[in-house]
Amino acid sequence: MTTPETEPNDVTGATAPARHAARTPDRVSENLLEVEDLVKHFPIKAGFLKKSTSAVQAVDGVNFDVRRGETFSIVGESGCGKSTTARLITRLLEPTGGKVTFEGNDITHLSDEKMRPMRRDIQMIFQDPYSSLNPRHTVGKIVSAPFVLQDVTPEGGRKKAVQALLETVGLSPEHYNRYPHEFSGGQRQRIGIARTLALKPKLIVADEPVSALDVSIQAQVVNLLEDLQEELDLTYVMIAHDLSVVRHVSDRVAVMYLGKIVEIGDRDDLYDRPRHPYTVAMLSAVPVPDTSRRHQRERIRLEGDVPSPINPPPACRFHTRCWKAQEICKTEEPLLLQIGTGPTSGHMVACHFPEDVRVPSAVQVSPVDR
Amino acid sequence: MTTPTVETRGVPAPAGVPYLDVQDLQVHFTTDDGVVKSVDGLSFHVERGKTLGIVGESGSGKSVTSMAVMGLHTASNAHISGSIKLDGEELVGADQEEVRHLRGKKMAMIFQDPLSSMHPFYTVGKQIIEAYQIHNKVSKKAARAHAIDMLDRVGIPEPSQRVDAYPHQFSGGMRQRAMIAMSLSCDPELLIADEPTTALDVTVQAQILDLLRDLQKEFNSSIVIITHDLGVVAEVADDIMVMYAGRAAEYGSAEQLFNNPEHPYTWGLLGSMPRFDKAPTARLLPIKGTPPSLIRVPAGCAFNPRCDFQERVGSACLVDRPDLIDGGDEHFVACHIPTAERQKIWAQEISPRIS
Repeated sequence: MTTPETEPNDVTGATAPARHAARTPDRVSENLLEVEDLVKHFPIKAGFLKKSTSAVQAVDGVNFDVRRGETFSIVGESGCGKSTTARLITRLLEPTGGKVTFEGNDITHLSDEKMRPMRRDIQMIFQDPYSSLNPRHTVGKIVSAPFVLQDVTPEGGRKKAVQALLETVGLSPEHYNRYPHEFSGGQRQRIGIARTLALKPKLIVADEPVSALDVSIQAQVVNLLEDLQEELDLTYVMIAHDLSVVRHVSDRVAVMYLGKIVEIGDRDDLYDRPRHPYTVAMLSAVPVPDTSRRHQRERIRLEGDVPSPINPPPACRFHTRCWKAQEICKTEEPLLLQIGTGPTSGHMVACHFPEDVRVPSAVQVSPVDR
Repeated sequence: MTTPTVETRGVPAPAGVPYLDVQDLQVHFTTDDGVVKSVDGLSFHVERGKTLGIVGESGSGKSVTSMAVMGLHTASNAHISGSIKLDGEELVGADQEEVRHLRGKKMAMIFQDPLSSMHPFYTVGKQIIEAYQIHNKVSKKAARAHAIDMLDRVGIPEPSQRVDAYPHQFSGGMRQRAMIAMSLSCDPELLIADEPTTALDVTVQAQILDLLRDLQKEFNSSIVIITHDLGVVAEVADDIMVMYAGRAAEYGSAEQLFNNPEHPYTWGLLGSMPRFDKAPTARLLPIKGTPPSLIRVPAGCAFNPRCDFQERVGSACLVDRPDLIDGGDEHFVACHIPTAERQKIWAQEISPRIS
């Protein structure tokens, strides 16, 4: 932690000021990561000369801040751009537009060489523990790779450091010379986490860290991530589609739909009082392991599929599937604006007609005819 | 979208003859490393119009069970014993041609990954038509009309045009619908859905589960739904079987399993998942360790190395394999802890921690 006025444990965010206030210079230190109008378009090339004809608008103007010590989650359905966002933050992809600021430094268009030292601070956990570890390298080689790449020799030597890391993530130091295939999915994910932790990063971007794991193992890894956060003072950006897991781990949550953030807020605000119709529909669709609720629950059925990000609907991108959509939704794009005051400050929604239903633990939401 | 008045739920009526009746099913595979006992003594039954949910982690034998019912294991590799009766007809050891005739007609399967289980070279319509024409002597035109009708029934927009589309032109949810249309094309009485929603997003998952429920009402079919998601089975299943290492750990009605689970593994599963319907808890309660290898299943109760309650019972867990015993009300549990003790542990120790 280099900046003086750090508050690593400001995780609730309940008292934190709204985003525009957080942008003022004296508040800068609170935000580890700031993302402004981030855009990523993947050009589609066609024809003999490979002219780009159109573009997949994967991420289209995304704004959010990540505060020190918090877990910030981005949820959404496949194709909404959440993984692309993760890869833009970690600069595994080059942004088309916008700005990414990490600890006050603009990292949007840093060259590979200049980005390298930053990578000590920003690390990533990948979804698939099978394909993210080189099968021909031993665990020792995999976990020490960050040391080699960054030319770092930790105190006591690399081997010792790796063994300590393995212990931190709940593996045995004797696993040093084994190969990934000798481990189960959960253990492999732990190896990946050990590698992530090697350089003592400040920010960890985890793209679906537990979705490939079995339920019982998933819980072990979730607990491990929480313990590590507390021990090592980590900040997480979590990309996930499992809304129950997100609710469990997050301090703040952003909901993405077709490349845009439609709602962002504190975990409890968002889950107990979702304002965007899409969030409401998504929350109502989560299956609940309680048979007695089966008949009381009314689901909002969204019709159809997510439109193509190549040619997204104009104005509000959700209007094609929204039951509240009116003329204005087709002509004017709703901005992501703060909604409500008091304890819900920081709760922002991009909708012309925000919902206002309390969902006591996601039980009852207003029924809608399909 | 269910209406509480229509459904009659709960313990299956013992009077009705089960449509699918599996007794002491064993599926073993011989490998270079030894015999893999994927399914080792499994019994369950499903009646018409009912849904059985099979829950378990990867490697617990749930998919192997469904493949055995469908007769999809190669005889040279898999050793299947026990009894699988479909509508009174024995399938284990039955003639391949006979099973082939039943497959699609009387029983059908929905696979997890619709992209890899549909042929990329043929149009969706052609694949549905093929299945329909095998079992029904109809003209191609009639079969095509039927295919369009089926696509319409599962909620695919503009079915008359979509029938000529290729699988890759469909989105994940639409592919899964198309596969459901394919499996339903011959009105099967038994539908086995192997992780039908795992690859799908939550809103699409809700659509597919609703669809299965509506179709079940319409056709009065039996459904076996295989999943690792307890939330999904709570939504759709009448009865639930929890599998661990190729055997049933607990088997009972959905209410029993969720309100009064009695097996430590079921407790572990419930504690492992963040509850969406309850206030957020500080910590999850995972099961320690990892699922066992099916080549070297632990002696005694297969769950004993991961069980928190093994000490209370003593050596029985390490030596004797517990049988699946009816603890009353057709709630079967395979555990050495006495029934009363189990209920006490759930009520006093587990339940307060989870909820």
